[in-house]
Amino acid sequence: MASHAIVETTHEENYLQYKGRHGGLWSWIFSTDHKRIGILYMIGMFAFFVVAITLGLLMRLEQLTMGPTIMQPSTYNKVFTLHGVIMIFLFIVPGITATFGNFFLPIQIGAKDVAFPRLNLFSWWLYVIGAVTALVAVFTGMADTGWTFYVPYSVRTGTNVTLAVLAAFILGFSSILTGLNFVTTVHRMRAPGMGWFRMPLFVWGLYATAWIQVLATPVVGITLLLIILERTLGIGIFDPALGGDPILYQHLFWIYSHPAVYLMVLPGMGVVSEIIPTFARRNIFGYKAIAYSSVGIALVGTLVWGHHMYTSGQSYTAAVVFSFLTFLVAIPTAIKVFNWVATLYKGSIRVELPLLYAMAFIFHFSIGGFTGLMNAAISVDVHIHDTYFVVGHFHYTMFGGTVFAMFGALYYWLPKMFGRMYGQKIGITAFVLQVIGFNMLYFTMMVMGYMGMPRRYYDHLPQFHDGHIIATVGSWFLVAGLFLMIGNLVWSVFKGAKAEDNPWGGTTLEWQIPSPPPLENFDKIPQVERGPYEHTPVEVSK
Amino acid sequence: MFSGSSTFVSEVDQAFLFILIISVIFFLGITFAMIYFVVRYHHKKNQTVSQSSGNLTLELLWTVIPTILVLGMFYYGFIGYRHMKTIPPDALEIQALGRMWSWLYTYENGYQTDTLTVPLGKPVKIRVESADVLHSFYIPAFRIKQDAVPGMKNYVWFEATETGIFDIFCAEYCGDRHSYMLSLVKVIPQEEYATWYDGTAQFAPAAGPAGDAERKPGSRGPMLVKIKGCVACHSIDGAPLVGPTFKGVFGHQVTVITDGQEREILADEEYLRRSILEPQADRVKGFENIPMPLQNLTEDELAEIIAYIKELQ
Ligand code: HEC
Ligand code: HEM
Ligand SMILES: [Cu+2]
Ligand SMILES: [Cu+2]
Repeated sequence: MASHAIVETTHEENYLQYKGRHGGLWSWIFSTDHKRIGILYMIGMFAFFVVAITLGLLMRLEQLTMGPTIMQPSTYNKVFTLHGVIMIFLFIVPGITATFGNFFLPIQIGAKDVAFPRLNLFSWWLYVIGAVTALVAVFTGMADTGWTFYVPYSVRTGTNVTLAVLAAFILGFSSILTGLNFVTTVHRMRAPGMGWFRMPLFVWGLYATAWIQVLATPVVGITLLLIILERTLGIGIFDPALGGDPILYQHLFWIYSHPAVYLMVLPGMGVVSEIIPTFARRNIFGYKAIAYSSVGIALVGTLVWGHHMYTSGQSYTAAVVFSFLTFLVAIPTAIKVFNWVATLYKGSIRVELPLLYAMAFIFHFSIGGFTGLMNAAISVDVHIHDTYFVVGHFHYTMFGGTVFAMFGALYYWLPKMFGRMYGQKIGITAFVLQVIGFNMLYFTMMVMGYMGMPRRYYDHLPQFHDGHIIATVGSWFLVAGLFLMIGNLVWSVFKGAKAEDNPWGGTTLEWQIPSPPPLENFDKIPQVERGPYEHTPVEVSK
Repeated sequence: MFSGSSTFVSEVDQAFLFILIISVIFFLGITFAMIYFVVRYHHKKNQTVSQSSGNLTLELLWTVIPTILVLGMFYYGFIGYRHMKTIPPDALEIQALGRMWSWLYTYENGYQTDTLTVPLGKPVKIRVESADVLHSFYIPAFRIKQDAVPGMKNYVWFEATETGIFDIFCAEYCGDRHSYMLSLVKVIPQEEYATWYDGTAQFAPAAGPAGDAERKPGSRGPMLVKIKGCVACHSIDGAPLVGPTFKGVFGHQVTVITDGQEREILADEEYLRRSILEPQADRVKGFENIPMPLQNLTEDELAEIIAYIKELQ
């Protein structure tokens, strides 16, 4: 057998069939199995994702004409707030970590579960409680502040900010606990022989992410709590009318929320680092460079938050220092991209949907990264800050980057998770629609941004009208592609063709066990003897 | 995209283009290499994989080169910013007050207006302030932006290089009518500006209640509802905005909520006064969500506005 580890194949029932103490729904929502928890997260997150996509589509429809199109300004403001809050706090922050991280982290390091399985279930429950709180907030007068909740507006508006913020606060706890769990798991649960540099790069990405979750999330927790206290008790930390300082709020908010963007993308980079060597049949190029750059990004990324505040009135020195540090983060990011491309060199490449998504990730994320350099240059950012340029930029990184990586992960691991193959033809059609629509929408937004179109605008002036039409038409392609893909995947989970245990010839541990994995992953904890991506010649020629 | 009318434009656009060109080169390199490899080393063409786990020279090369390039970009952005923060001492100072949802400009002689007029080729320093929440003073054609933060005086300056009329936006989200918090800057030649500026003195409050006795009461109303920011929320043509329209209120029954109790009330002069001075006392039904801001109006201004509202039938 061409595995790099000795793994006993099991004939135990798989995790989907297992019936524990409870039956039916209960056997899921009270399961401490990391695989079931991963799937629970996935169901919840994708339900919200569909809602937020629809909200995005509605925003674009509103911009199709000048003046009111389908809603009033107060509705539009709530719609973009809800879109942002769902996409950030309910979808992309738990993101790849909570879904594929939960499912594959233990398997990839040769463990039977995470370090604290019950805490893991508790994290999911916190996610659900946070989500329900957000829903209640929606039905009791959703906040209209934008996902950033900037004071003093968020303290003064008559909408229900308190509940929306409370929801974000609870979701933050869920994230902290997952991070804690993963850090411990990586330190304590690796199979014998799996040294730090034999860990798959996906694990490195999750590990760096977990530290950000543990260290940065408490800051936003405190900040959000202070907003609630300010609104209810008028304590006067942030609102100048009460003697507070609104700039302080922005610092506290971004101390978390900038690292959070790396928290979103690092696992995505990890996924790409798995997919590329598998489909190139080649060892990853520059393993250590990629692993260290994840840690480097996580470290430097915590010190750059002030680049969101060049025009806020923060000091001159602060702006210069933050700009300098921001440029430094670009370097580890570039290193990763070069290493991925170099991995394809002289491989024996199979083009399948996961690889296409990984390539789309590199394409979009490069654009996101390069436009990030433009944002980092202070004088340029003064002009483009708070315009559509920034909206385009962050969709390129978070959506074109992270979310496309997540789609790649879905296709890559679907056979493993459910033992079924996806429908390929529809999958490719959906992919093409998404890439075309995505670029039509967000590239146009960036052009409009440089022309001066401010963000969070319900209406636009005539000089932006053509751009808005192109962007809106792009959003139709994009949304069609997204729904087609989701429909196809749901169909595949239930009706897809049976998948083999290792359809891609992957080399990491999850590919050495049956699909779907047995309840306890491994009969016997494997003994690891090689690096994660060592393709043997046997595999290559088959 | 790359046209503009202040001394900052070339610096900002050059920094942008510098980054853009380097980015495009790298981006095309990455994309082409990626696609070329996938086609060239497709498994149908290439069965023998050449394994390699990395190359230190390459790693160093693609660490050092990007480092040098991004330091160059940093420097470009930095010098542009230093220029923006070095305000010439002889700059003309104008206050821009952001409030929900309009800009008010106050000149040194006290003249107030909702449209900014500035001289060509002379540095102008704007003192950006806010009366309520965050706003941001943004002139894309000049490449400048400065947040208006309540309790802070932030400065931004520019020197226009072209006459004309340019858009001013509010770039920091500030509530319902954020996207209508628009204004204009009019750049005129220096001599013309001097004449114009002298002419404004008669409207300034220092000149006393302008118009005097012979003017019709309410004639300053149209000007006052603009500079006091009322029209951001109240229309004069019957359309409801964030607040009820001024047209036809006077002499009609209004349903208001007083201390949580709904009641009908006749909109007479006394009611209008109270609505303006104590907006929280009687809240018009259907418009309760947004707090109407208090305006510090003088007795005279209040009388003018009320007289003007009475006329709008
Ligand atoms: C930020 C938006 C806003 C601004 C600016 C504003 N108002 Fe209002 N105004 C409201 C709202 C909302 C209401 C209705 C709720 C209430 O009665 O408090 C209102 C109510 C009123 C009413 C009662 C109208 C009626 O139909 O009964 C009058 C009169 C009025 N405003 C005058 C003014 C004047 C004069 C100014 C400028 C000095 C002004 N407002 C500026 C929002 C605003
Ligand atoms: C079909 C998909 C999507 C569409 C059509 C869409 C569209 C939009 C639009 C039109 C805006 C508002 C721009 C403005 O007026 O300022 C916006 C904002 C935003 N989007 Fe998306 N988007 C989509 C997907 C995503 C995804 C996948 C994410 C994150 C992972 C995301 C995160 C955000 C955030 C954080 C904001 C800012 C909200 C705010 O300003 O408070 N979006 N999006
Ligand atoms: Cu940031
Ligand atoms: Cu605004």
